[in-house]
Amino acid sequence: MRIDRNRHNEFPVAETMKNSIQQQETFPLCNADSHRFSRRALLASGGSASILASISKAIANEEDNGSKNKLAAKNVILLWLEGGPSQLETFDPHPGGLFGGDTKAITTPVPDLMISELLPQTAEIMQHASLIRSLTSKEGDHERAIYNIKSGYRPDPTLIHPSIGAVLCHEESVQAEIPRHISIIPRNSPGRGGFLGAKYDAFKVNDPARPVPDIRSQVSNERNARRIDDLFSVVEKEFQRGRLQKLDLQRTLHQSSTDAALKMMSSDQLDAFDVRKESASLRDSFGDTPFGRGCLAAVRLLEAGSRCVEVTLGGWDSHVTNHLLQSAGCETLDPALASLIKLLQERDLFESTLVVCGGEFGRTPSINPAEGRDHWPHGFSMLLAGCGIGRGRVYGATAAEPKLDAPNPLEHVDQPVTISDLHATIYRALGLSSDLEYQTPIGRPIKRSEGKVITEILS
Amino acid sequence: MSGVSIIFKNVRHLSMKTMRWLWLLGLVVVAFRYLSPSMSDQQARPITTWVESVRDVASIRRENHLPHRTVTDRSNQNPDQFRESVNHSIASINAIHQTHLKNIGLQSAEEGNWLTICRRLSLALVGQGLSLEEIRSLQNAPEIERVDIHLQNLFKDPRYHNYWAERWTRYLVGTDGGQFIVYRRRRFRIWLSEVIAENRPYDEIVRKLLTAEGLWTDRPEVNFYTATFDSNNGEADPIRLASRTARVFLGLRIDCLQCHDDFLGNVNLGDRDQIREGKQQDFHQLAAFFSAAKTNGLQGLKKGFSNYKYQYLDAKEEVTVEPKVPFAEHLMPDLKDPRERLAAWITHEENHQAAVAAVSHVWALIFGKPFGEAVDDLPLDRSSQPILDELAKDFVAHQFDLRRLITVITGLKAFRCDSRADFPITEEHEDQYAVFPLMQLRPEQVAGAIIQASRIKKTDRDSSLLLQFISFTSTNEFVERFGDRGEDELEPENVTISQRLLMMNGKMVRESIESNPILNTTAHLAMFSKDDSQLIESAYLCTLNRFPSENEHQHFLKRLQTGKNRNQDVVDLMWVLTNSSELTWNH
Repeated sequence: MRIDRNRHNEFPVAETMKNSIQQQETFPLCNADSHRFSRRALLASGGSASILASISKAIANEEDNGSKNKLAAKNVILLWLEGGPSQLETFDPHPGGLFGGDTKAITTPVPDLMISELLPQTAEIMQHASLIRSLTSKEGDHERAIYNIKSGYRPDPTLIHPSIGAVLCHEESVQAEIPRHISIIPRNSPGRGGFLGAKYDAFKVNDPARPVPDIRSQVSNERNARRIDDLFSVVEKEFQRGRLQKLDLQRTLHQSSTDAALKMMSSDQLDAFDVRKESASLRDSFGDTPFGRGCLAAVRLLEAGSRCVEVTLGGWDSHVTNHLLQSAGCETLDPALASLIKLLQERDLFESTLVVCGGEFGRTPSINPAEGRDHWPHGFSMLLAGCGIGRGRVYGATAAEPKLDAPNPLEHVDQPVTISDLHATIYRALGLSSDLEYQTPIGRPIKRSEGKVITEILS
Repeated sequence: MSGVSIIFKNVRHLSMKTMRWLWLLGLVVVAFRYLSPSMSDQQARPITTWVESVRDVASIRRENHLPHRTVTDRSNQNPDQFRESVNHSIASINAIHQTHLKNIGLQSAEEGNWLTICRRLSLALVGQGLSLEEIRSLQNAPEIERVDIHLQNLFKDPRYHNYWAERWTRYLVGTDGGQFIVYRRRRFRIWLSEVIAENRPYDEIVRKLLTAEGLWTDRPEVNFYTATFDSNNGEADPIRLASRTARVFLGLRIDCLQCHDDFLGNVNLGDRDQIREGKQQDFHQLAAFFSAAKTNGLQGLKKGFSNYKYQYLDAKEEVTVEPKVPFAEHLMPDLKDPRERLAAWITHEENHQAAVAAVSHVWALIFGKPFGEAVDDLPLDRSSQPILDELAKDFVAHQFDLRRLITVITGLKAFRCDSRADFPITEEHEDQYAVFPLMQLRPEQVAGAIIQASRIKKTDRDSSLLLQFISFTSTNEFVERFGDRGEDELEPENVTISQRLLMMNGKMVRESIESNPILNTTAHLAMFSKDDSQLIESAYLCTLNRFPSENEHQHFLKRLQTGKNRNQDVVDLMWVLTNSSELTWNH
């Protein structure tokens, strides 16, 4: 479809936010506990017509959306290892060889599958997961590679592509009181809505040991209710006078977003962020780290209605003292990853949740003079488990001693998989067509993914 | 006994309690001296007129230690002739616009009031609203002159060239960090700030960028090239530079031609009377110009020969690609250096497409939205866009004078008309600029509006170091949480839940509205307003840059007069105004 540039012959019409209005977010009501900003208090003390109207609209929309939710809920948990984890120290060790380093391999319940000794707990659950060991990309710079692997496209100055979480949330009209796309400890690369819209950006939170940012009102319930009442019954009313018809619905979404934010502030579902509600033994099993707590919170958030949660673990950029840094990373990753898979199974979420674990690229087979490994996008690993993924499978392989200066670096990679292929496979596992074509805001057709599905690792 | 000893001896006899009171009194006096000039109508101060500001270019140059210009110096223009020429341009473009609106049967809104237009100017030129100090100063001038006076004041304000430099930097090199050591984004931005302050002609800036040579540290324009080093093994990346050049300087999105010919009818190139479909060759021939930029160790970027090779889709082998432009080839001068040839072609006075691309970007920065579908998507086969076309011709005819272009655009009825009307407003009214289009402010503008609203005086480089530090750190944190749109900052967006949470409960708003007697408007209004009416009026002027309506005034007057805690009520008033959509939208 091309946008009609000739409308009215002389003045092109900007494509504004009509689409986003059609997908306006709505939120069901809930009970508020006494420690939070209470909707009851708001109504009792404020009682403005505008607030009542917006709540009744929310109720009506909730009923509408209930009938629209025809898709079975599929979830994604992305364990994002930022900095470039070494495939040799994680999922693709080559011990004893020229480039194997100090890392040894250990067996797993899957015959012939060995992974790094630095991941002993993960090794025990490998019969529930699959590995791609032959990922390749053309991006060796962190920023560009992160964009590439999170969106499935190489950076393009003309548009921003959505991340997997944004695509998944865009597919569903059902809403939760808490955000559906969440990034825990987001560092510099939270999932983005891109051309699908900023409302699909990941909601960013830090270590679940700390409260969710900006979620608590700074004043009493009564006072906050009075502020909201003054805002909508006086100041917003004046702003709307004589301006664009249906200003809030057609343009600003100010009141709708405020209503949604207020609901979130008072939602019981906020408890999902609070991992202290889980037993001490369960918390311990994930590890007493921000990443471990993030993984535990991810399960709780999916139970509460979120669809995609990414949890970031940094510190993998081991240009110096590679073994030390990778060991430290694995020490945090190992209990969290293994416990996550187990908990998803225990809570009956494993079949509906796709777990993806990896980073933006791997590390060079050779060890540099500083005992580090540098960036290596020519053959690295990604773990996939859960929804739509086969069990205990391995796709692709890297050579134990590749020629580092080979003109074609992929000649030592068996069954190379591109980042586009990885995305196509993920979308297939989630039951989404990778061929679907989006129209960007300027009418440019973009496929959801241009890759080829790796059917061998699908269930 | 020395005087100092006598004072010391007497001071020792003062009790600690007395000392504390004296200290507090001193603080109050300092605070009063700081605030009192802004709280009421000020004594008339010298007002810079349009004529004076045109003469002032030379003094700006001196202040910024910039070399004297050797090109056409507009400071030598007769100010009356300059004003007449600008008015003539505005009138002719307004006539085209009004005729168009009449033809499609749309009624146009009346002109907005002076405060509304001044707010739009401030947001466009310095990225924040007006301070109460600025408003009070403008109130001393005749109403009919206030908008023009404010525009000229902004042109002289360092905030203007700093703010536009950051916007241009995003547009020219993006927001990525680039390759360590060889790419200095900050240096590039400062250089742009200097050339904008000096009002160097646009064509000269473009030529400097495209033909840049030397080290990225002492020739900041070289960073236009080094920004791409990270994707091409430490060399300028012709692919990225071609894409960037097409979008920024030509208003063409030809990126898909990098991989294949256009088969969707989206990219049409060639001369206007012989439009043809875009070919893969068009992209790579443009990229070939940039292969002439060679990296030479410590000497930085040097001139060289083009040696671009590429294997086209379905071709069996790589071929050498000669530099060639995708349209209007007859304008290409006979120069040896490929980059100089390209720069001369882009800035050729008959290259209308390039001039339209420049005007399109200035328009988008002023209105907060592109004129058409996208700021950098102006296909060669688009239907006529008389306003952009006329502005582009006017821009070229007046030596690519950016400040003049801004003056003309902000003088148009499209910019000065109201965003409200006594007839029903539809999206079409906004699309056709029959009313001023409502646009959400960009994150840094929202941060700027909040910070400015919390101060009586203008926040700029003359503010105290503490204020500048607070402003810098809190802005960065706020923009990061609000959602920096990077290079896409001119694409329309609407409000998200995260943004509302940040505004309602976030640290920056909380610290900006709390009753802090040293820093914040809230406490100053509560302490120094002569009555509640003046307090409410000042709160509205500080935050929304307008007077309250009668209904609003009465409502908040009742709140203040019946409330039990006045300070708390003032904080709440500021919270409400700061959280209004009016603060975060341009209108």
